Amino acid sequence: MSEAIAAVGRRTLEVLRILGHHATFFLDILRACPAALRRPYLVVAQIHAIGNLSLVIILASGLAVGFVLALQMYYALVTYGATESLGLIVNLSLTRELGPVVTALLYAGRAGTSLTAEIGLMKAGEQLAAMDMMAVDPRSRVLAPRFLAGVVSMPILAILFSSIGILGAYVVAVLLIGVDAGNFWSIMQSGVDVRRDVGNGIVKSIVFGFICTFIALYQGYEAEATPEGVAHGTTRTVVISSLGVLMMDFVLTALMFSTP
Amino acid sequence: MAEPSPVTVPSPSDALVEIDHVVFGYDSRRTILNDVSLTFGRGKVTAILGGSGCGKTTLLRLIGGVYPTNSGTVRVFGDVVDAHNDEHLFALRRRLGMLFQFGALFTDLSVFDNVAFPLREHTDLEEAMIRDIVLMKLNAVGLRGAAGLRIADLSGGMARRVALARAIALDPELLLYDEPFAGLDPISMSIAANLIRTLNDTTGATSILVSHDVDECFSICDYAYLMSSQGKVVAHGTPKQLAASEDPEVRQFIRGEPDGPVRFHYPARPLAEDFGVNA
Repeated sequence: MSEAIAAVGRRTLEVLRILGHHATFFLDILRACPAALRRPYLVVAQIHAIGNLSLVIILASGLAVGFVLALQMYYALVTYGATESLGLIVNLSLTRELGPVVTALLYAGRAGTSLTAEIGLMKAGEQLAAMDMMAVDPRSRVLAPRFLAGVVSMPILAILFSSIGILGAYVVAVLLIGVDAGNFWSIMQSGVDVRRDVGNGIVKSIVFGFICTFIALYQGYEAEATPEGVAHGTTRTVVISSLGVLMMDFVLTALMFSTP
Repeated sequence: MAEPSPVTVPSPSDALVEIDHVVFGYDSRRTILNDVSLTFGRGKVTAILGGSGCGKTTLLRLIGGVYPTNSGTVRVFGDVVDAHNDEHLFALRRRLGMLFQFGALFTDLSVFDNVAFPLREHTDLEEAMIRDIVLMKLNAVGLRGAAGLRIADLSGGMARRVALARAIALDPELLLYDEPFAGLDPISMSIAANLIRTLNDTTGATSILVSHDVDECFSICDYAYLMSSQGKVVAHGTPKQLAASEDPEVRQFIRGEPDGPVRFHYPARPLAEDFGVNA
């Protein structure tokens, strides 16, 4: 019995240690952000690497999701003769949920893994240690610019994802199926609240940007400096980021849309 | 190359770096450095020799304040190194340069940008001035013509020389070399050895090099420490004194004998036990 209690205690202490380590790392990055902001070219370069280079996958996925969403919604709505609401439903689905969530999942897979692998390999090649020995803080020079770039890029990518998704839905619904274009746009315009729907979607994507970028940086920085260590780090980035985004999405949805 | 002049062990007043009764282990299970005391003379090239895993690189890291000691003190430029104080550490590190075992060059930057990195980070010099300094440093290591190359295009020896140019970019007072000869061909090794000695003499810096290449180290260093696998200093002296030593462990290391006080076999259970043979 006492053994079991001791094991629970050890496990609890270990969890607390890991949480504390994450919190310390997060505070270290936040403290390094002002120094990174004083050199905006570092952040801009990372926005290019994280944001611009993710555009193709985000836009292609957004378009495909828009196509499928329009088809599925049309099949469901046509039964009730409510196809004029298609534009509204597509828009709400994308701006409130699919835009932020799918963008975050794609971001974790594309940019998150890239960040983890890059930093893990920098660590394995002693580049971070070399920087440290040159009296250059790797948290300010390497981590903070990437963190800021991730937080800035994510909402922009999510907005682009939702926008291209709506255009995709328009192509399928209006141009291919023949839904009335006026209804498609006007009901969307009257039914979507910019602050509540679009605004909350953007807030979600900012939160997801924090989560995904932080996890990617942490996994890279703390990865064991071996090929296996970097491989495990990139895997953990995808798994933890995805679960974190989905769980946080539930919490945020409950907070933001609890009243009709 | 000029023959290094024989010197006696530096007195504390001549010392730029002093390691005093330091005990260190990465965890509580194994002690890496076991009550070691070393003194590194100002303006000298001092080598720390020893087999793999004896704590040589750890010593360099303690000098740079990467880790705190378990006990004992490390004193650099007269100040005790405080590994917990970032501000103090960064002030210390601005005065030293370190050459990592495999260069640790930034692979996303060109040769030029690697050497310019510390200048851009720590000075407000105009880009034209930085360009001149970088080319001078690259010229000193014989790679001015390689300024535009990518790091992936360099051989191991060239990468080490670029890393050396980066380490001396800010004219440090103290240069730390971690295995500067490891994995180099004989020509590159000779070039690296010449550079270490020449740069030390021309810049007036103090150099500490960690290596297990006895011949190269003895050809350029003023003084050397030999460490054992138990993390202790077993001998120290000028290259001539160490070469003439009758101590069995010193002789085994310097002559590269496969067996002696340092055992060939890693500690193991008796052979009969492992192979299931009854004696």
